[in-house]
Amino acid sequence: MPIAHFTRRYRLSASHRLHAPSLNDQQNRDTYGKCNNPYGHGHNYFVEVTVAGPIDPETGFVVDMPKLDALAKRELIDRFDAQHMNADPVFNGDFVPSTENLGIEVERVFRRAVPLLDPTCQLRLHRIRIEETKNNSFDLLAPGQIDALIPHEQHALQPIA
Amino acid sequence: MIYLTRKAEFSSAHFYRNPAWSEEKNREVFGKCANTNGHGHNYTLEVTVGGEVDPVTGFVVDLKLLKDILEQEVVSVYDHRHLNHEVPEFANVVPTTENIAVAIWRRLDGKIPNAKLQRVRVYEMDDLFADFYGEGLNDGISDTAAPELVA
Repeated sequence: MPIAHFTRRYRLSASHRLHAPSLNDQQNRDTYGKCNNPYGHGHNYFVEVTVAGPIDPETGFVVDMPKLDALAKRELIDRFDAQHMNADPVFNGDFVPSTENLGIEVERVFRRAVPLLDPTCQLRLHRIRIEETKNNSFDLLAPGQIDALIPHEQHALQPIA
Repeated sequence: MIYLTRKAEFSSAHFYRNPAWSEEKNREVFGKCANTNGHGHNYTLEVTVGGEVDPVTGFVVDLKLLKDILEQEVVSVYDHRHLNHEVPEFANVVPTTENIAVAIWRRLDGKIPNAKLQRVRVYEMDDLFADFYGEGLNDGISDTAAPELVA
């Protein structure tokens, strides 16, 4: 049975401020620059959620999209859209709301929730991509997932010679 | 290995319907996509091939040739057509984005000289796309079960 990857793209607008409590004010300014300005700033984020699984021969679908959209609404949009991310309980201490850390949190939530969208539990989260601006984006491959375009032996990060 | 991607576009009509199901079940699962007159999309196709660079030409594959293959094998068959009624592989298969990606893979695999088909990506809209890497095509489990044969 063919295994396909299905991607849905969501938008959310949120503000954040990058400030690590373990650094002093000068170190924070040096590290984060204008991202450390005290009142924060915001972005229109795009979050791409890619799931992988067999195509159901009855429906032609990998995932019931309204269920995926409902999950995204609950865990992503309702939680972060039009919010100040520093106010979210997960972003405390040195877990600053950088887009990398937002990706880690989104991946953690979706990795657990996506298999439950499929009655046969064959569906997996494959990848989370977050675009912070049109010029920068972050990809998180879920554990155990391989990028089919990259040869397997190259998946482990190798030190640069 | 270098990966090269070529885009193409086609505009097609489709609807979603499993003939083995009742009207109510089709409505419940497919919503307004079950309207039998169909509706349409501007699809964007991205085809990624992999290969080695020819030391003489500097190409993995001649892009004009790849464009012509996409035109002949896919665009000329799908563009301005109703997928359910006019494209044979969807006579008994629901033309979802996932199944379109698989069908395009079948149409292109083995047709591109000096390069291996790596990925077929089909955008139905800019916020929804399917990728197919050829996984599971040859595992002996039928993927083309006609919907009327599915219990």
